[in-house]
Amino acid sequence: MTAAATRWVELVVALLITVAGVVVLGDSYRVGASWDADGPQAGYFPHIIGWILAGAGLWIAGKTLLKWRALAGKPFVSWVELKLVLTMLVPTLVYVALLAFIGIYLASALYIGSFMIWQGKYRWLPTVLVSLGVPVALFLLFEVWFLVPLPKGPLEHWLGY
Amino acid sequence: MEEISSLLQGFAVALSYKNLLFMLIGILLGVLIGVLPGLGGANGVAILLPLTFTMPPTSAIIMLSCIYWGALFGGAITSILFNIPGEPWSVATTFDGYPMAQQGRAGEALTAAFTSSFVGALFAVVLITFLAPLVARFALKFGPPEYFSIQLLTFCSFIGMGREAPGKTIAAMMLGFALAAVGLDTVTGTLRMTFGRTELLQGFDFLIAVIGLFGLGEIFLTMEEGLSFQGKSGKIDPKIVLRTWARLPKLWVTSLRSCLIGCWMGITPGGATPASFMSYGMARRFSKSGNKFGEGQIEGVVAPETAAHAAGTSALLPMLTLGIPGSPTAAVLLGGLLIWGLQPGPLLFVEKKDFVWGLIASMYLGNIAGLLIVLTTVPWWAAILRIPFSIIAPVIVVICAVGAYTVHNNLFDVVMMLVFGVVGYVFKKLKYPLAPLVLALVLGDMAETAFRQSMLLSAGSLSIFWSNGLVGSIVTLALLILSWPLLSRLIAGWRDRPAPA
Repeated sequence: MTAAATRWVELVVALLITVAGVVVLGDSYRVGASWDADGPQAGYFPHIIGWILAGAGLWIAGKTLLKWRALAGKPFVSWVELKLVLTMLVPTLVYVALLAFIGIYLASALYIGSFMIWQGKYRWLPTVLVSLGVPVALFLLFEVWFLVPLPKGPLEHWLGY
Repeated sequence: MEEISSLLQGFAVALSYKNLLFMLIGILLGVLIGVLPGLGGANGVAILLPLTFTMPPTSAIIMLSCIYWGALFGGAITSILFNIPGEPWSVATTFDGYPMAQQGRAGEALTAAFTSSFVGALFAVVLITFLAPLVARFALKFGPPEYFSIQLLTFCSFIGMGREAPGKTIAAMMLGFALAAVGLDTVTGTLRMTFGRTELLQGFDFLIAVIGLFGLGEIFLTMEEGLSFQGKSGKIDPKIVLRTWARLPKLWVTSLRSCLIGCWMGITPGGATPASFMSYGMARRFSKSGNKFGEGQIEGVVAPETAAHAAGTSALLPMLTLGIPGSPTAAVLLGGLLIWGLQPGPLLFVEKKDFVWGLIASMYLGNIAGLLIVLTTVPWWAAILRIPFSIIAPVIVVICAVGAYTVHNNLFDVVMMLVFGVVGYVFKKLKYPLAPLVLALVLGDMAETAFRQSMLLSAGSLSIFWSNGLVGSIVTLALLILSWPLLSRLIAGWRDRPAPA
């Protein structure tokens, strides 16, 4: 049982690349892709890139369609694999969303901790040690030694940082 | 011998107590990065780059380049002991390295891998020592058309010599150029492709792309395989080291060939990965025991490791002399030079002698130190790999996020990193090459500037790229390499046609 066939993913990505090429082209012509009094306009170089990009996308799409039958049955990702990737991707999305609000230290501790309990089925002690140890190490390395500030949230402000 | 005296001065710079310490830290971090999945030379250096902003440039580049050497060494450990290539360029090492470990010859395989890495790197460093000043002197005469032609050669060799489908290489490369064009155009002051979003004013930083594409993308891929690491013991007996060293000189033909392949692929940016495969293939074809390759032949370890290290090291030659990196990691180092206020290119050899020769001297020292360190600490690294993935994966994601944030202290970059991570995952699965995308993103502005200036000189005529012998032959060579896949097919077809009656 597979979530998607490779040929479909291949085709969609190729078309997305073509669209990207068209976007580049559109913007290049908007800012001007020809020759001005003082030399090439801002869109002169990108419009060449746009044409090649769109062309490459169509080329890949065409090649995929030509081999459409031969490519049948090749799965892009199985359900099991997709589930594994999503178990990584979804928490990471939440983590990145949380960063802005609660700061990187707390978010990292929650992210590592929940992942260890949920995926690794660890007991509390190792989970707490790792999920607190990493942010503390980061804090010492960045804020204290290298004086590089990282995003902080209410907890750090309450602690006086 | 001006080079020798410059080099000796370089050793004086590199041998300071502080720089030696940075070298050691760099090597250790590098091996760690090379061993861990999801962290590699390019994104490892990218993540650590912001930490070096406050350091003196010479110490910073010594540490960062040592991370690179360390990562090159580290890739071999996972390939041989765990059958998991820690880096793309050590895939070919698994073919014979892992069978050797299964037969209980892990020590021999590791010694052979480390030693041949060292030999390959040393060959490339010697080449850099004597060739780089010549190239730099030569390149001082370059004008915009020459620069553009060199960049054209760089990108054409990706298309013509890469292992991926040419269409996909072109698409990845053009995406890189398109992303590089986003933001304020410094020549005309026009905003390009920002679509009214303030976040896009600055454009895309390639460091973010590197961290996302190579770091997160790799983690997603590893996750998909549901890895459980089961490795062989990595103990190295000094007696085995000596015995292996006694055997290695007999393989000098393989070594020399691999060095040459590696240097060629490193300077013309084929990169370390194709170099290692090509070298492995050549060794199999020319070896007397070629049919036994894949069952644990020591030559099958020597060939790819030598070539990968030679390529990885020689990739710094065009980076230093022309400002055109030969590999993604070299591109990140180039980005570092720019941030420290150094303009890579021929003038660097005139204006920043201390820096250049300090770096070159540190390549000698770093590789010697690297060899000794990995030989003595292998079991320790192997133990790190036994840490379960459910701990390592989130920790690496956190490190990537911190790295992406610190580049510009911008949370939007962390979001972009995640986007690049998903793109990297899909591209890897569909076999789009990532290196051309990164290099195009780095070189985009430079290539555009060189192209514009050339067009200004010639009032818009492409004939300027054939206006003198030098630029003409480089451009012609580039176009030949570009059409190489087509040409080679034509030649093969012509040879196979039935003989005329």
